[in-house]
Amino acid sequence: MAEGVKIEIVSPEVLILSAEARSVIVPGAEGYLTVLGPHAPLLTVLKPGFVTVTDTTGTVTSYFVGGGFADISDAGLTILAEEARPASEFGRAEIEARIAKAQEVLSAAEGIDEKAVAQQQLDIWKNLLLESASLSTVH
Amino acid sequence: MPSLKDLKNRINSVKSTQKITKAMQMVAAAKLRRAQDAAESARPYAERMEKVLAGLGAAYEGRPDAPALLAGTGKDDVHLLVVATGERGLAGGFNSSIARMARDHAHKLIAQGKTVKILTVGKKGADILKRGLAKNITEQISLRDVKQLGYVTAQEIGNKVLAMYQAGEFDVATLFYSRFQSVISQVPTAQQLIPAKFDKAEGDVEAKVGSAIYEYEPDEEAILEDLLPRNVSVQIFRALLENNASFFGAQMSAMDNATRNAGEMITKLQLSYNRQRQAQITKELIEIISGAEAL
Repeated sequence: MAEGVKIEIVSPEVLILSAEARSVIVPGAEGYLTVLGPHAPLLTVLKPGFVTVTDTTGTVTSYFVGGGFADISDAGLTILAEEARPASEFGRAEIEARIAKAQEVLSAAEGIDEKAVAQQQLDIWKNLLLESASLSTVH
Repeated sequence: MPSLKDLKNRINSVKSTQKITKAMQMVAAAKLRRAQDAAESARPYAERMEKVLAGLGAAYEGRPDAPALLAGTGKDDVHLLVVATGERGLAGGFNSSIARMARDHAHKLIAQGKTVKILTVGKKGADILKRGLAKNITEQISLRDVKQLGYVTAQEIGNKVLAMYQAGEFDVATLFYSRFQSVISQVPTAQQLIPAKFDKAEGDVEAKVGSAIYEYEPDEEAILEDLLPRNVSVQIFRALLENNASFFGAQMSAMDNATRNAGEMITKLQLSYNRQRQAQITKELIEIISGAEAL
């Protein structure tokens, strides 16, 4: 059997993807990580970002996930995302809208803790903008 | 005795009622299918979430450093009841059975000397609970403008509940909704939201898997802290979807009953209409014959 990983992307509303993949890149809370074949069981929080799935034929597809968590076990990789959709549907304009929103939250934030959280959110989205730009040049 | 014309009018009015209930039944049936699909496709997420949390939660049970959403505030004084009902009526006992359950629960808690706050989701539940518990209702959320029930809606409610919890406005939150079992049976259910409670049986199985060899990133505590608030929204979302499916199920069977009753009524009315018409013809005949005989 070819070394592969079974991947499922689930949002609260619907099962988005269930497939066999060669490798999957996941936006973990502490950086991107690539999941290949049999991976040690891992539970990680996700930050908003792109999940890149290379399927068994070598075709690459990207999905946008808006936070959530990933559960890697013997059964495969399950991504539970609050928001998930194909990256092709998630364009630059939308990310910019999120940045604007994050900016608003930041300016409305009071206290150090709230400000830190808001700033973090803003940074995540700004990074994402860069990532999506590089993503579209690759594909 | 109503006249022939009266009877005819009544038959017509019942007939048009029957047409309406029939149409409503069919609409409910179509919507039920969609609601059921939605509830079903939401299931994998909620189940996964529950499994992971049950595993993690079991490890933290009884520990003093467990997050507040899991361990509770340590008090049991103020209860928040989140009562999810439908936005519309005409669904048999659907709304009232949820509201009744919530009311019984509230009265029980009040009798124990606890403070009860109620947050209603859906107009009908608020209408029913206003009688007798008006001063306990702290907030009403209407779903009337929500076309498609999405996770965002549940998240809004969830965030509201969490904000209240963080502000220390309550100690225990319970969610009331109707679980969809089948078209003819919907079970009003009370589920404790905060502190989070997990199915023991499921937790035991998963605890083994969960605590055994898993690596956690960033770490268990951070994950738990991230997941618990999310879980509240997910549970609410699931409840809303189940409720939605239950509502259409209840409406469908209520409308089915109404259609059948209207049908029976029409038969009865038609019978007495025919009888009266015959009696009238007989009477007229007798009059003509006896008139002719008199000549």
